[in-house]
Amino acid sequence: MTATTATGATPAPSTATAAAPAKAQPAMSKTQPAMSKPPRKFDTSRLLPLIGPLALFVVWDLVVRLQLVSPVLLPTPSATIVALVKGMAGGPLLADFLSSLNRTVQAFLMAGVIGVPLGVLLGSNEKAYRSVEFLVDFFRSTPSSALIPLFLMIFGVTDMNKIAIAAFAAVLVILFNSAYGVINARKQRVMAARVMGASRWQIFKDVLIWESLQPTFVGLRSGVSMALVIVIVAEMFIGSDSGLGNRIINAQQVLNVREMYAAILAAGALGYVLNILFLVLEKRVVHWSGR
Amino acid sequence: MSTVINPVIAPAPAAAPFQPGPLGTHITIRGLTKYFAGWPLYEDFNLDIPKGKIVSVFGPNGCGKSTLINMIAGLIPIDSGEILFDGKSLAQTKIGYVFQNYREAMFPWLRTIDNIAYPLRLEGRSKAQVEARVEELVASFDVKFDLNRYPYELSGGQQQTASIMRALAPGPEVLFLDEPFSALDFEMTLFIREKLQEVFLQTGTTMLLVSHDLEEAVYLADQVLLLTKRPTRVAEILDYTDARPRTVETLSEPSFIQMKKLSLEIFQREVRK
Repeated sequence: MTATTATGATPAPSTATAAAPAKAQPAMSKTQPAMSKPPRKFDTSRLLPLIGPLALFVVWDLVVRLQLVSPVLLPTPSATIVALVKGMAGGPLLADFLSSLNRTVQAFLMAGVIGVPLGVLLGSNEKAYRSVEFLVDFFRSTPSSALIPLFLMIFGVTDMNKIAIAAFAAVLVILFNSAYGVINARKQRVMAARVMGASRWQIFKDVLIWESLQPTFVGLRSGVSMALVIVIVAEMFIGSDSGLGNRIINAQQVLNVREMYAAILAAGALGYVLNILFLVLEKRVVHWSGR
Repeated sequence: MSTVINPVIAPAPAAAPFQPGPLGTHITIRGLTKYFAGWPLYEDFNLDIPKGKIVSVFGPNGCGKSTLINMIAGLIPIDSGEILFDGKSLAQTKIGYVFQNYREAMFPWLRTIDNIAYPLRLEGRSKAQVEARVEELVASFDVKFDLNRYPYELSGGQQQTASIMRALAPGPEVLFLDEPFSALDFEMTLFIREKLQEVFLQTGTTMLLVSHDLEEAVYLADQVLLLTKRPTRVAEILDYTDARPRTVETLSEPSFIQMKKLSLEIFQREVRK
């Protein structure tokens, strides 16, 4: 599943020709009369997003070639890409990538399953929300990585520890957004339902839940990013034998910079794809948003 | 919850006996009082609204035209007073409400047809009954657009048409319209005005219309209710008896122009006070 969306949505730094038509696909399928589109004319403005990454690569390459930075610290971009592709094509990098992804998804699922219903519930009872608002805001503002030692004491050096702390970080963001989604539901829609004779429960399930969907998606999107960040950090600093964070720190310690940059790029790509995935999902589910 | 444990004891009924309105009254408003930020908006306000008539509410800015119909429709709580529909409370009465801002009144997650069917489903009608009623509405409104689209895919006029259909779907005893035309272009205003008149001629539903456009207010009305500045009282109730269906020609009839002029004079007198 992840593979298909990855190719569909990312203007991947891989190849220019492949990226452009692939990016057009979701837009085409949304407007129904796709057949009536005129024969594809090459639109140069589609290539604009590629300029940034290309420029970065050129600058990077120049910096290495001109020896502005010691090659011990910075490999060439092409060498990094080769390491990335090789590692992801069944190499050890793939195993670490999947392991980080697995932890992120687990943490995110836990956070979502707890955060969304709890947020919606708290949001629909403003007094209840006000009474825990300070706690939510405080711990939402606390860098979760600062809590790693605390979680170490509770869970020990386990896989559960990494998942738990990432879930904790994500759950607050998700809860907060869902709660505010309900609190800030358009008053007029609630009134419209009430004047039609809807009961409190009917207003909740027919209006409030729907109104909160869009902010909930914002929360889910921030939550999954947050989970990934914490998972990578936890893999670095809580004893671990797998995961991108672990790979990055190990490669750094033996100055295997090629592997290190490849792992960093893989982590970046993972975060980027997860974000895009949620944006696409949000557009599908909350089809009325912004209209 | 707390009201269950400590029920609010209703204040003893006022000494003054309830005075019913004249024959043919639908809504009786007695002793209505509403304060906003410590200032009286309505104080001991009494009004009888006739059954099966269209009453247009018109008055100076800030006199609480919309507030009045919102209080009658139960959207804004009242401080004290009594509002009865044929002697029944609001809870026992089926009402319909059309908002000015149709965009925020329709449910964008439901297709337009399901928006219209929503109040019917709330009533727990069977699927067949709901379908039959929606079909009836579609026929009587002569709908030309695709109701399977989402509301945001429709034009403003189409959305407002749909929200009027939704309000009328359960067959309300009273229809409230809060500036239903003010977000629409002129063409759509004319169209919906005609539709409303048609529906009224078909069903004879009591309608309460708030409008900021005097021509529109008079055109649809059987009664023009003119309000004063706050604290709001009834300035004048004018009966406008031109025959229905009224048409574009009505707009140039002497009786219509006379009625508009009179309303405007009273309005200006109240504004200057």
